[in-house]
Amino acid sequence: MSDHAASASHGAAVRHGTVPNAADVDFYHFKGRWSGIFAWIFSTDHKRIGLMYLVLMLTFFTVGMTLGFVIRLELMAPGKTIMDAQTYNAVFTLHGVIMVFLFVVPGLSASLGNFLLPIMIGAKDVQFPRINLFSWWLFLTGGLMAVTALFTGGGPPDTGWTFYAPYSIRTGTNVTLAAAAVFVLGFSSILTGLNFLTTVHRMRAPGMSFFRLPLFVWALYSTAWLQVVATPVVGITLVLIMVERSFGIGVFDPVKGGDPILYQHLFWIYSHPAVYIMILPGLGAISDMLAVHARRTIFGYGFIAMSSVAIALFGSIVWAHHMFISGQSLVANFVFSLLTMIVAIPSAIKVFNWVATLYKGSIQLETPMLYTLAFIFLFMIGGFSGMMIGVLSVDVHVHDTYFIVAHFHYIIFGGLGFAFFGALHHWYPKMFGRMYHQVPSKIAWFLTFVGFNVLYMPMFIMGWEGMPRRYYDYLPEYQKWHVVSTIGSWIMISGILLMFWNLLRSLKTGKPCRELDPWGGGRTLEWTVPSPPPLENFDKIPTVTHGPYDPDVPEHK
Amino acid sequence: MSGHSIALTAHKDYRGSKIGIWLFLITEITLFGGMFLLYSIYRSEYAQDFHHAAAELNTLVGTINTLILLTSSLTMALSIAAVHHGNRKLSLWMLAITVLCGAGFMVNKYFEWGAKFHHGIYPGSEYLLAHPKGEVLFYGLYFVMTGIHGIHVLVGMVLLTVMFLKVMKQPNAKVSFVAGHGLGEIEGCRMAFVDAGGKVVWKGDEVDGSIERIDVKTKYWPVKKRFHVADFNQLENSGLYWHIVDIIWIFLFPLFYLIT
Repeated sequence: MSDHAASASHGAAVRHGTVPNAADVDFYHFKGRWSGIFAWIFSTDHKRIGLMYLVLMLTFFTVGMTLGFVIRLELMAPGKTIMDAQTYNAVFTLHGVIMVFLFVVPGLSASLGNFLLPIMIGAKDVQFPRINLFSWWLFLTGGLMAVTALFTGGGPPDTGWTFYAPYSIRTGTNVTLAAAAVFVLGFSSILTGLNFLTTVHRMRAPGMSFFRLPLFVWALYSTAWLQVVATPVVGITLVLIMVERSFGIGVFDPVKGGDPILYQHLFWIYSHPAVYIMILPGLGAISDMLAVHARRTIFGYGFIAMSSVAIALFGSIVWAHHMFISGQSLVANFVFSLLTMIVAIPSAIKVFNWVATLYKGSIQLETPMLYTLAFIFLFMIGGFSGMMIGVLSVDVHVHDTYFIVAHFHYIIFGGLGFAFFGALHHWYPKMFGRMYHQVPSKIAWFLTFVGFNVLYMPMFIMGWEGMPRRYYDYLPEYQKWHVVSTIGSWIMISGILLMFWNLLRSLKTGKPCRELDPWGGGRTLEWTVPSPPPLENFDKIPTVTHGPYDPDVPEHK
Repeated sequence: MSGHSIALTAHKDYRGSKIGIWLFLITEITLFGGMFLLYSIYRSEYAQDFHHAAAELNTLVGTINTLILLTSSLTMALSIAAVHHGNRKLSLWMLAITVLCGAGFMVNKYFEWGAKFHHGIYPGSEYLLAHPKGEVLFYGLYFVMTGIHGIHVLVGMVLLTVMFLKVMKQPNAKVSFVAGHGLGEIEGCRMAFVDAGGKVVWKGDEVDGSIERIDVKTKYWPVKKRFHVADFNQLENSGLYWHIVDIIWIFLFPLFYLIT
């Protein structure tokens, strides 16, 4: 179970012939037991698994984005525009399910986290390489199940991604399979979290104490705890929905004495921490990118590290702020509103420290840095609006309106999405040994950033004016904002497509970039290994003698 | 293999695998935690109905099942202790008894559920729906919780059967000579097995530049002298899993059978 990759993946190398030495070639060119696609889908190498996650997730993201595009088209005018109401319900449900469970929850942690975490702590692989591969297979299975749910049973689910009872136990659509898909995806997420926790505890290089971990690793570590502790709750909740639908046990069915509010509690006990599972790795990646592109040691390292832990802790006890108008007791409302305010503190600590890091830094406006700065801006808007809706009186007014939709898109897309795109550019030369084309990447950033704000800013306004979320039809007075928003979606999607096209094209045509540290400011361990790294990352496990961002020490070797 | 280390040995991180399994056990606890949460809320809401519904359950069968599972936990622990003392045969016997106890538990469950179905008590049955809501919920939770627990017992039985086969096959220690890690030092040599009298039992080809890596596997019986706790951590981890399944039953039993 715990065999190190040395035996797990290297067993593959036992053969006669002129196989190059593992340390001399990058991991793409290392020849193992399998070849072709099997060299990927049976590989226990954390780097290959990370890239496989990346490919799947970006595929699902593209599907989710297309669905979002279609939603915006439909909402351009009141009444029927391009689809009927039932299709619309299915489309926004799938947009939510795909984006949440197949893109942002695995997010940075399963893709870039898998690729970078072992390198950043000076290890050859994760602690359980085979479980890591297994969790990718579970992810693939869950993804396929979710896609299958579209075309089978009573039609695509139409409950919204939250699967609220009692509608989810009544609807004739294919909720059972979709819920099973989320269960499998949850299992995958748990195994990734379990792997990362053990890896951080057991496989740090000599001298790599906890307070010498890069901040991305701190964020992944905090995320992993949430994944392990919270995910089983949503797993069992969705199992109960499935059992309820198949056998009618009654636990969420008011007709039989069950209480649908309890479903909401159980769902949010996971799904609120899940918001932090989504955003925390983004916060970590932003810290690392800032340090490199501002050529500056991170200001307040300890505070940023601990605020990740604090966010994970406090984030676990605020779930009922999703339920202020569900009829729960006023005491509960009051307590959860107060607790919600507390989460703002560690988030603000991060923002202050980032801004302080920029101060007197030598800021290089490379594409990752542009995404980073955009992230800070968008994350703050998302955060402030989150404070507003954490306040009871305000939430009663804007609950279930587009204000909420705007808020969480600012946090999840403006936050995790932008951090993800930034991180893709930041570690692109490390992962592929080539540099992306600069000019299109900056144009793509500009379009995405502007389009994003044009798309979601009007939602704050129409939400405040009372436009309910998830509605198929609306009063004509909202149309002007819907039109602006739809136009924004076109700008943003063109930016994202340009970015994808540029990144894909650069795999072949990008300038080869073999230096260890193409940015000239990287201080963490991943900038001390070749780009792309060899199979086991390090020739010799490094000994760490200083903090991750210390500027005044000689280079690592 | 003299003096300095020239060969790789398989990396077995005993404590790492322990951290992994304990984290997994946490997920089991939060998984069942969600259901215990539902149970406690519905029981406080429908205390009287739960009381009546529980009276229908057969305490004797429940007690027998509890005894069976407790025994199986004991034999599980004994199996691990036996391996630690180098007594492989006893360990295998104990494992077999553990799996049999699990099977006994499942057979009991089968008859118990069967009897309930026979009396018309199953989720959504007319008989049940004619009863107060609390009883519907009690049986809803009863079937779900004992059902999911039963699935865990089945998984545990499969796991322990695999462990049985693993303990039956001796564990091995692997030493590898890889380019850059000792292969150079034995280049030009042949590898050979030599018995106690110096007689060559087997010898291999000459180690030349075409060979990338040599693995040497040594098998051994788990005798006290040559025992590595890490070689049996899968058995220990399966044991931990079995114990958590057992502990969950220890909570299910009083909450469903003994609250009358």
